[in-house]
Amino acid sequence: MPAVALSDVVRHFGRFAALRGITADFAPGKLYVILGENGAGKSTLLRIVAGLLQPTRGTVRILGESEIRNAATRTGYMGHAPLLYDELDAMENLRYFAGLYGIQDDSRCRAAIERVALDPGLTRRVGQYSQGMRQRISLARAILHDPELLLLDEPFSNVDVTSAREMARLLGGMRDQGKTVFVVTHQAAVMEPVADECVVITSGRLAARECGIPLHLMAPYAAQEPVR
Amino acid sequence: MSAVLDKTPPAHNAGGKPGVGSMSAPSVARVTRSTLAKDVRLEWRSKDAINSMLFFSLLVVVIFAFGFDPTAEESRRIAGGLFWMAVLFSTVVALNQTWARELRNQVLDAYRVSPASPASLFIAKAVGNFIFVATLEVLMVPLFVVFYNLRSLGPVWQLLLVAALSTWALVVNGTFFGAMSIRTRSREIMLPLILFPISIPALLTMVEATTQILTGESTPTFGIQLLLIYDIVFTTICLTLFSTILNAE
Repeated sequence: MPAVALSDVVRHFGRFAALRGITADFAPGKLYVILGENGAGKSTLLRIVAGLLQPTRGTVRILGESEIRNAATRTGYMGHAPLLYDELDAMENLRYFAGLYGIQDDSRCRAAIERVALDPGLTRRVGQYSQGMRQRISLARAILHDPELLLLDEPFSNVDVTSAREMARLLGGMRDQGKTVFVVTHQAAVMEPVADECVVITSGRLAARECGIPLHLMAPYAAQEPVR
Repeated sequence: MSAVLDKTPPAHNAGGKPGVGSMSAPSVARVTRSTLAKDVRLEWRSKDAINSMLFFSLLVVVIFAFGFDPTAEESRRIAGGLFWMAVLFSTVVALNQTWARELRNQVLDAYRVSPASPASLFIAKAVGNFIFVATLEVLMVPLFVVFYNLRSLGPVWQLLLVAALSTWALVVNGTFFGAMSIRTRSREIMLPLILFPISIPALLTMVEATTQILTGESTPTFGIQLLLIYDIVFTTICLTLFSTILNAE
């Protein structure tokens, strides 16, 4: 059973077709890197898989469920924005979001923060964190319920290159534990050591699927948003 | 740092088996409580809503007091209308803040992808707004006593009951329509445009009932019944439709 099955997925925003009929199956336990130019439809695809957008046409099955909400406890999503409350500190944020998944155990929140190499004892509010720290807390929020399917939209934005590589290694570790991970990124080189497959989207269409990240695909997408 | 990142996941899912380990489905009551606590904490730290509401209602009360300079008898006749008008306009400020903080950093998306019930979010937001508006009302009472020399001739418990029912009538619709307008371009204008017309029946009733109690002329039994029915009907409708509103694109 594929972790994600897309069948003729089309998404329009008014007259603009963001996705133009994507059909693909993605096997579980793999790490997929989604590449493409700005406006190609990568984030739209991820939001559809996360259940945040409805496809205009076509069907999506997640972890065997045609109703995406039924897979919500088994899916983690990290958006383009941090999806965190600026006025709360890291633990307060994670404690709240853990509660949404029925997790009442603080140790899970602390463990998630430690996994992204931050200190759970930090009492500063998230609004005072650097962009990179916010990204890492956002990743901690996405993984704190230990999801089977992890969807990450540009997780390395504003993250320094060392931390980005460490985050990539963490994602590789999750894949090794049987999770399915999708990463939309412009920093293909960061994901190269751990990627199983790269998926290229061009103008709303699935243009290519390749094992790993071939060199000829790394160059064009690496230059668009340099790692700081 | 790498040593920390390389840590294996917590013991709840040892063995790397996909799944949710010991995770249980979140209960509506628990998520409602934690969302309410989070909202109160956010408001306590930012004071975005309460400061704006207080300032706005203070302006209304003071301007009307100096503009009309009413006697004690006149005050009892106009205070009901004035009080609820001030509350209505101030409530809009709180209602806009309620959803604005969910839009910053797109935090609402984190709630939408979670298995938590939309009803929990709605109830928590409505109860949170009720607390903020009720706090405002409590703070406004001394202002009315000072500026309008106001004393209630009717029983205070009736006044409290009318205030509670009226406040719920305003916030339940306001929370719902606030959520409805968050994706519109000019949401701060949209909310009063939708909320005010639909609140007219409740507003007329609450003003009438409050005036009856303040003047002591009659018992507002009909008004209280009407407000109760209004609250039940609109709470049911809002709860039923909220999931659709939350996931609308």
